[in-house]
Amino acid sequence: MTVNRHHEREPSAASTAETLVTVSGLKKHYADDGFFGGSPVKAVDGVDLTIRRGETLGLVGESGCGKTTLGRTLVGLETPTAGTVRYDGRAIDELSGEPREQWRWNTQMVFQDPESSLNARLTVGDVVAEPLEVRDWKTERERRERVFDLLDTVGLQREHFYRYPHQFSGGQQQRIAIARALAPEPDFLVLDEPVSALDASVQAKVLNLLADLQAEFGLTYVFIAHDLGVVRHLCDRVAVMYLGAIMERGPTDELFDAPANPYTKALVSAIPEPDPTASRDRITLRNSPPSPRDPPSGCPFSTRCPMKIRPAEYDHLDEAAWHAIDILAEVVRERGQVDPSLRDRIRSLVGRSPRFESIDEFAADLLDDVSLPEDARSHVSQAVQLATDGREEAALSRLSTQFGGVCDDEYPESHTVTDGHCHSRCHRHRPEYADPPDLTRE
Amino acid sequence: MTCGSSDRPVLSVEGLSTAYFTDKETVHAISDVDLSVRRGETLGIVGESGSGKSVTARSLTGMVKSPGRILDGQIKYRHPETVTALAERYPDRVGPPSEHAESDAFVFDGPTDRYVDLAAAPEAALRSVRGDDIAMVFQDPLASLNPVYTVGNQIEELLTIHRGLGDSAATERAVDLLDAVGIPDPARRLGEYPHQFSGGMQQRALIAMALACDPEVLVCDEPTTALDVTIQAQILELLDDLQAERDLALLFITHDMGVIAEIADRVSVMYAGEVVEHAPVEALFAEAAHPYSRGLLASIPSQNPDAQHLPTIEGDVPTPTSEPTRCRFAPRCPEAFDACRDVHPRHVDVGDDQTASCLLYPDEQRRERAVRTHSEPTSEDHQ
Repeated sequence: MTVNRHHEREPSAASTAETLVTVSGLKKHYADDGFFGGSPVKAVDGVDLTIRRGETLGLVGESGCGKTTLGRTLVGLETPTAGTVRYDGRAIDELSGEPREQWRWNTQMVFQDPESSLNARLTVGDVVAEPLEVRDWKTERERRERVFDLLDTVGLQREHFYRYPHQFSGGQQQRIAIARALAPEPDFLVLDEPVSALDASVQAKVLNLLADLQAEFGLTYVFIAHDLGVVRHLCDRVAVMYLGAIMERGPTDELFDAPANPYTKALVSAIPEPDPTASRDRITLRNSPPSPRDPPSGCPFSTRCPMKIRPAEYDHLDEAAWHAIDILAEVVRERGQVDPSLRDRIRSLVGRSPRFESIDEFAADLLDDVSLPEDARSHVSQAVQLATDGREEAALSRLSTQFGGVCDDEYPESHTVTDGHCHSRCHRHRPEYADPPDLTRE
Repeated sequence: MTCGSSDRPVLSVEGLSTAYFTDKETVHAISDVDLSVRRGETLGIVGESGSGKSVTARSLTGMVKSPGRILDGQIKYRHPETVTALAERYPDRVGPPSEHAESDAFVFDGPTDRYVDLAAAPEAALRSVRGDDIAMVFQDPLASLNPVYTVGNQIEELLTIHRGLGDSAATERAVDLLDAVGIPDPARRLGEYPHQFSGGMQQRALIAMALACDPEVLVCDEPTTALDVTIQAQILELLDDLQAERDLALLFITHDMGVIAEIADRVSVMYAGEVVEHAPVEALFAEAAHPYSRGLLASIPSQNPDAQHLPTIEGDVPTPTSEPTRCRFAPRCPEAFDACRDVHPRHVDVGDDQTASCLLYPDEQRRERAVRTHSEPTSEDHQ
């Protein structure tokens, strides 16, 4: 237990550590093949990442950000649309024959829900022995011995060999799943939310087990989670994902103590802290993440970003005004996507108003109590007029040409931040925009 | 604040026990649970899966279904208007609070205390309390909404039934409700189906439905567990605002200690169907008294970001298949001693407004003396 303590890390030593997995330009799009197939879901959209031997890399983000898809691509469960994954310097899609088998042995995955990832009809012994059987590993007798050893390693008893998964609690089931993943003696494990289905006290035990296993076998982990507390405890480095892109990555402590990216800041500040006396400078984000089918054109985070860069000519608008304009754009976009129902069409045919108020009433309500300067107000009302006439596209483009900034237009570069430890994708890191407003609202 | 009952909790649960009777065994899901919540206050109920948090919430409004049954205990609801209304509707079931056990009364109207005992109330009375007085928000928002009706339909239906509003009045009120929970463009949203809402929006819509009848008590059963952390922050903020606006008594059930720290004023910690500790939230996090509360707090990763190993509690949560006759936590307790296996602990004061049911307390007494405090019969014991 002396090797490889995951919290005694030195940046210099870590940066020279050997790279195990390199991900470059990785994209995974899911397209509807049917006749009506729309634009593809861009689950992972251009990810570059390196994973060093012996470290734990945390992959965090909200649901739908693509972290699970990325994890599945790393172990070959998904075929990337573009980009490559290199394991030990070799691109995995070019591997074949014996090297491919070898890679498969070395790379294993543990899934989120142990109940559904264990075959209910097999005994625990069979579940754990299955990866060995598939590869015809040694004799039946030796396999059995190996399974007993594995059960012991993950803290289960020998007599559990003959029981079925449903006879175990969630924490024990996850131990079985870990034992199965360890069966081929892998070097690299992708752990997809392995503890999020577990209760706090059980969670702690599984986390301890994972740390022990890593120390014992020198494993490399990719740890996918949405619980940032768990990630902070276990991981050496963290990559924060949003809408298929990595927004910020760096060593855990630096990233959590001084997040540079606005999204990381918001995410970290949203974790409820188990300390009732702590003062809260929370950044509450608006809305939900946009659909990965139709991501924003510029920065992925631009629709929710509290630090969004506004065009210089509207410098004098206050936060409430921007907020109102953003909501208006959002509502126009949504209305543009919804076809009026048959019922609404009939209602309008027979001269009755549609069930919902028209957009100009909504806009009037919205803009009533915000102070908009004359020039801005005239552009907004023109846009509202266009939307009222049913030309949502035109209204949106008017709003975006007038009020859009660099965040709406350009995909942000990755910048080196936090004294060179972290990398963050944000236009705010460019010298001309480095002057963020205060994020925390009371 | 009307009547003389303003200083009393709007809802107090005393000695509540609910059990599920199956062919195989009887599961005593909750035993002898005491809780209370005042107006404008948030009571957090925290515990692991199987600790009885949700059964407690369901018992409050008579939502325990067969094979489950409330065995014992009182659920005192003290909203003066409701007491008056139910006393008028059920004149032959009104009694003075002193006659609790003997009569079939469930409305108790005394000079010092007026309340309705929801545990004894008939289904028809409960139905008028449910939603109107005590509303619930559940964990999985999509499962709580009917997928084949529009969100507007579901809110309006509720307003029509509970409030007797007409079509257009109901629509108007539904728009206001969605607006109040921060859903933009509410008028159009009413015409949409639940699947067209994001998870956070669905939960907002459910909160809007819960608030539709201006309840006094809002019971939230893990309302943010299925949501992402940034959405969770939005919902917690919303609940906080709504509570301040409406002086709601909030019962917040969760397993997440971080959320508890954020939202609760007082906390009840549950283990295997029993409340093991009641404490103000600051006291719980500063100095939890019960060994289980301490173990639970210690095992949170963010409490020990730099620890190599998280402290853990040995063993698993047992399923309570018999009535408690000893400390249910004793087999896992690092501080257990012999008496823990024989004596069932009672709640004793361990601090300001803080009680724990553990034989270690009262800790200023010698151990034998302290154990005797728990084993001696008291006047409160029936039979």
